[in-house]
Amino acid sequence: MTDVPLASAAGPKRLASEVIWRLRRSAEAAAVPVLALFVSLVLFGVFVAFNGVNPLDVYELMYRGAFGSWFSWQNTLTRAAPLLLTALCTALPAQLGLMVIGGEGALVIGGLAAAAAALPVQGAAPIVVQLTMIASGIVGGGAWIMLAGGLRHYRGVNETISSLLLVYIAIAILNHMVEGPLRDPTMLNTPSSPSIGDANTIGTMPGTDVHWGFAFGIAACVAAYVLVYHTVFGFAARTVGGNPRAALMVGLPVGRLILITCFIAGGAAGLAGAVEIAAVQEHANANLAVGYGYAGILVAFLARQNPLAAIPVSILVGGIAASGGLLQRRLGLPDATVQVLQALIFITLLASETLTGRLRWPFQTGVSRG
Amino acid sequence: MTNSTFSRRRLLQSASALGMAGLATGLWPGRPAHAKDLVIGFVYVGPRDDFGYNQAHAEGAAAVKKMAGVKVLEEENVPETVAVEKTMESMINLDGAALLFPTSFGYYNPHMVKEAAKYKDIRFEHCGGLWSDKDPKNAGSYFGYIDECQHLSGIVAGHTSKSGKLGFVAAKPIPQVLRNINAFTLGAKMANPNVTTQVIFTGDWSLPVKEAEATNSLINQGVDVITCHVDSPKVVVETAEKRGAMTCGYHANQSKLAPKGYLTGAEWNWEALYPKMVKMVMANETIPNLVRGGLKEEIVKTSPYGALVGEAARKQADDVKAKLMTGSYVIFKGPLKDNKGNAVIASGADHIQTDIWLEKMDWLMEGVLGSTT
Amino acid sequence: MADPGIGLWVVPIAVLAGAIRVSTPFLFVSLGECLTEKSGRINLGLEGTLVMGAMSGYGISYLTGSPWLGVLTAGVVGALMGTLHAAICGLPRVNDIAVGIALMLFGIGLAFFLGKPFIQPQAPGLPSLDLGWWTDVPQLHAALQVNALFFVGVAIAPVMLWGFRYTRWGLIVRTVGDSADAARAMGYPVNAVRMVATACGGFLGGIGGSFLSLSYPGAWSERLSSGQGITAVALVIFARWNPMLCLAASLLFGGAAALGPALQAVGVTEGYYLFNAAPYFLTLLIMIITCTPQKSLAGAPGELSITR
Repeated sequence: MTDVPLASAAGPKRLASEVIWRLRRSAEAAAVPVLALFVSLVLFGVFVAFNGVNPLDVYELMYRGAFGSWFSWQNTLTRAAPLLLTALCTALPAQLGLMVIGGEGALVIGGLAAAAAALPVQGAAPIVVQLTMIASGIVGGGAWIMLAGGLRHYRGVNETISSLLLVYIAIAILNHMVEGPLRDPTMLNTPSSPSIGDANTIGTMPGTDVHWGFAFGIAACVAAYVLVYHTVFGFAARTVGGNPRAALMVGLPVGRLILITCFIAGGAAGLAGAVEIAAVQEHANANLAVGYGYAGILVAFLARQNPLAAIPVSILVGGIAASGGLLQRRLGLPDATVQVLQALIFITLLASETLTGRLRWPFQTGVSRG
Repeated sequence: MTNSTFSRRRLLQSASALGMAGLATGLWPGRPAHAKDLVIGFVYVGPRDDFGYNQAHAEGAAAVKKMAGVKVLEEENVPETVAVEKTMESMINLDGAALLFPTSFGYYNPHMVKEAAKYKDIRFEHCGGLWSDKDPKNAGSYFGYIDECQHLSGIVAGHTSKSGKLGFVAAKPIPQVLRNINAFTLGAKMANPNVTTQVIFTGDWSLPVKEAEATNSLINQGVDVITCHVDSPKVVVETAEKRGAMTCGYHANQSKLAPKGYLTGAEWNWEALYPKMVKMVMANETIPNLVRGGLKEEIVKTSPYGALVGEAARKQADDVKAKLMTGSYVIFKGPLKDNKGNAVIASGADHIQTDIWLEKMDWLMEGVLGSTT
Repeated sequence: MADPGIGLWVVPIAVLAGAIRVSTPFLFVSLGECLTEKSGRINLGLEGTLVMGAMSGYGISYLTGSPWLGVLTAGVVGALMGTLHAAICGLPRVNDIAVGIALMLFGIGLAFFLGKPFIQPQAPGLPSLDLGWWTDVPQLHAALQVNALFFVGVAIAPVMLWGFRYTRWGLIVRTVGDSADAARAMGYPVNAVRMVATACGGFLGGIGGSFLSLSYPGAWSERLSSGQGITAVALVIFARWNPMLCLAASLLFGGAAALGPALQAVGVTEGYYLFNAAPYFLTLLIMIITCTPQKSLAGAPGELSITR
C-alpha cells in the first residue's frame, strides 16, 4: 500500500476534506457544550419564572452585569483571573485520570507562603519581592497537591477525598498562622499577616482595572495546553490517563508523572493564591478561602478538562458571578441565584456528554465518522 | 457550501452589533433612579436576617428607606475580597450611588480605601474601621461603644448568676471582641467581685456547630449566664435556653428566642444613626471622618430586662446607665490587671470611651479564663 | 451555691456527647452513601442533599409545626436528589464523580435560594430521649439527652449489614455493584437497581441534614454544614463499606469534632484552629494507614469508579 502524500495532484481535495473534518470535530466539540449552555439558560429561566421573576429581565441584567459595558467586562475579567489558574489544578491531573478537587487548599497554602515569604525580603526592590512571592506561592501550592498525588500513587489513597480533606486542613493552618505566629500587631481587627508593602503590589494592566494575574492565568492556560497536547510529557500523561495498563506495559514512569503533574497543578492554584495576596489583599487572612478553588473545579469540568477551553469558560463563569450583584439589587433575587445557574450549567453539560459523537450533521454525506 | 458564507457574514454582523450595543449602553450614563433621589448602597457580609450583626445593619437600612428622596440598594453575602470592590463600583457606575455603607470590618483595608481613592466624589462610610489622616477624605468610619451595653449586661449577669460563673462565646480575639469581654466582666465584678468569665473562641464569625458545642461546654463547666460576640447569636441563645441557662443578647434583640432565660442585651441602634448621617449628606454637610458614640449619642441601646432580672440588678444597672448617658462614667479605669498578672491600666489612669488606646486592646482582664492566643 | 463544675471531666464528657450528637448526620449520610456505593455508584452530591434536607426539614417544620413531618420531607427531598443523580449517571458515558460535584453545587445553591425566609424564624425541634435519669451529675445528664434520630441511625446500621448479607435484595445490590455484566447476565436491571439504591441513599442523607437544623445545632443558616457530606463519603471508604464500621467511624468523627471547644473550656487554648481540624486530620491519617496501593481497597464494590 503506497502512502498517498497530501501534496499530490489529488492533494488539495484531500487536504480540504481533512481540514473540514477537523473543523467539524472542533465544532462538534464546541456545539455540545454550547447546546447544553442554551438548555441550562432555558431551565434557569423556568426556575426564576417559578419565583415570580420575568426570565427576560434576568437574562438582560445578566448580560448587562457581565458583558454590557467596559466596566462590566473588567468586573468579569477580574473575577475570571483566579479561576483560570485554579481550573488547571483540576484539569491537569484529569489528564492522568486523577480527579483532584483540592484547588482551594493549594490556593490557600500558596497565598500563605507568598505572604510569609514577602516578609524577610521586604526591603528589597519590588520586582525581587514579587518574584519571591510568586515562587513561594507556586512551590507551596505545588507541594500541597503533590502530597495528594503521592498519597494516591504510593498508598492508594483516593485523591478526590484526600485533596478535599487537605483543603480543610489548609484553611485550619491558614487561620492558625495568621492569628498566631504570623499575626500583624498593627492590624488587630482583622487578623492578618503583615502587609507586603504598597510598593510591592502587582498592579493593574495598563489602561485597565484588571490586575496582571489575569495575564498570568491566560499564559498558564496556554502553556498547559501546549504541555498536554504538544509535548512528550503530555502525551505520556494522557496515556496514563487513557489506558493505565498500557502505560505500565510500555514502562512509563507513572509515579513520576503523577508527582510532577500534581506539582504543576497545585503550583497553578498556588500562583492564584500568591496573586491574590500580591494584587488584591496585600496580606494573608481568612479571606483567601472564598471559593475560587471550588469555582475552578466547575470551570475545569465545563471546559472538559481542556486548558485552552478553560479561558472562555472562566470568563463565562466570572461573568455570571459579576452579574450576581445586579440580580440582587434590581430584582431582589438572593445571591444564591448565581450558584443555582452555575450548577444548572454544570448538570446540563454533564448530561449532554452522552450526546458526544452522536450528533448528526445536516449536510453530511456518507458514513458518519463519529 | 453557499449557505455558509451568507450565514457567516450575518453572524459576524450581529456579533459586532451586539458588542457595540453593549459598549454603547455602558457609556451612556443612564441613571435608573429619579434624578433628585440620593442613591445609597448597603453592603452586608452575611445574610441580612441573621438575628445578629447584619440584621442590625439591615434594620438601619430599613429606617433609611422610609425617608423621602432616597433610594436604597442592598447586597448581601459579599465576601471581603475583590468582590466587594466590584460591588461598590457596580453600585456607583450602574446605579448611580453617591453614598455607600460597607458594613463589615474586613472591607476597610485595602478594599474600601482603594475605592475611596478612586471615586473621590462618592462618600464611603465604613462600620468599625479606624480612619486616620492617611486615608482618603471622602471616607469615614463610624462605630458604637457597644461595650457600654455589655458592661450593663455584665452587671445584670453578675447579680443574677447563682454559680458566679459567666460564659462568653466569642468568634476571634480582636480588640472589639476583647473590649466587650472585658467590659462585661468589669460590670459583673461590680455586682459580685468573685465572678469569673470563661471565654471560648470558635475561630470564625459564623460557625453554628462550634457555637453550640462551645455553649454546651461552658454550661458543663457550671456557667449559668452566657453572652456572646458572633455574627448570629441565635444558636448560642437557643442552645442555652434548651439547657436552662440564662443569656444576655448581642447585636439585636433575641428575647423572642429565649423567653425564659433572656436577661438583657447589647444592641446596635443603627436605625437612629443612619437617618442622621443620610440627612447630613442630603444637606451637603460633611460627616466627621471618625464617628464614635455610645448610649449617650444613641448609637447603641440595651434590650428591656427579662423576668428573671431582680430588683438589685435593675437598680444598679439603671444607675450606671444614667451615668453613662451623661458621659460621666469611665468603664476602663485603673488599677487593672490582665489575667496573666501584668498591670495594664495604672492606678489613677482613666481611659474614657473615645480613647483610641481602647481600640487596640489585646489583653483579657483578671477574672477572665481564656487566652488571646 | 456555686457549682464547681466538673473540671477536666468536661473533656471526655464532651467527647461522648459529641460522639452522640455530632455523629448523627455523619451516620445517616455515611449509611446512605454505603448503600449507594454498594450498588456501584459514588454519590458526592450528598453534601448538597444534606443541606437541602436541612433547609426543607426546617422549613416544613416551621410551616406545619411538626418536626417529624420536616424529617420526612427532608428524606423525600433527598430521595428526589438521589434519583436525579442516578438518572443523569444512567446515561452512557457520564462520569458519576462529576455529577456528584454538580449536584452538590446545585443542592447547596437551591437550599440557600429557597431557605432565605427560614433563617430568622424558629421552628419546633425534634424531641430527645432522656437516657441520663440515673445520674445526678448535670453535665452527664445533659450529655445523655439523646435524640431519637440517633437511635434510628444506630438501628439502621446492623439492619443494613444483615440486609446485605442475608437478603435477596442485598445480594442484588451487591451483584450490581460488583459486576454489572454478571448482574445483567442474571437479568437484573442494573440502572434501575442503582437508581433505587441512590434514591434510598439520598433519603438517608436528607434525614441526616434535617438533624442538623432540627436538633443540633437546631437552626437553619447558610453556614450549617462544614463539609459533613463529603467527609461522610470518606468515612464510607475507610469503613470498608461495612455499615457497622460506618457507625463506629461516625462516632469517632463526632467525638473528634467536639474536642476543640471542650479543650478550650478547660483552658487548653493554644492552636484551637488545629484542634478544630482534628476530624479531617484523623480521617486522612486513617485513610493513609488503612489503604495500600496493591490491594487498594479490599471489599470495594468492583464497579465503583474510584477504585478501578
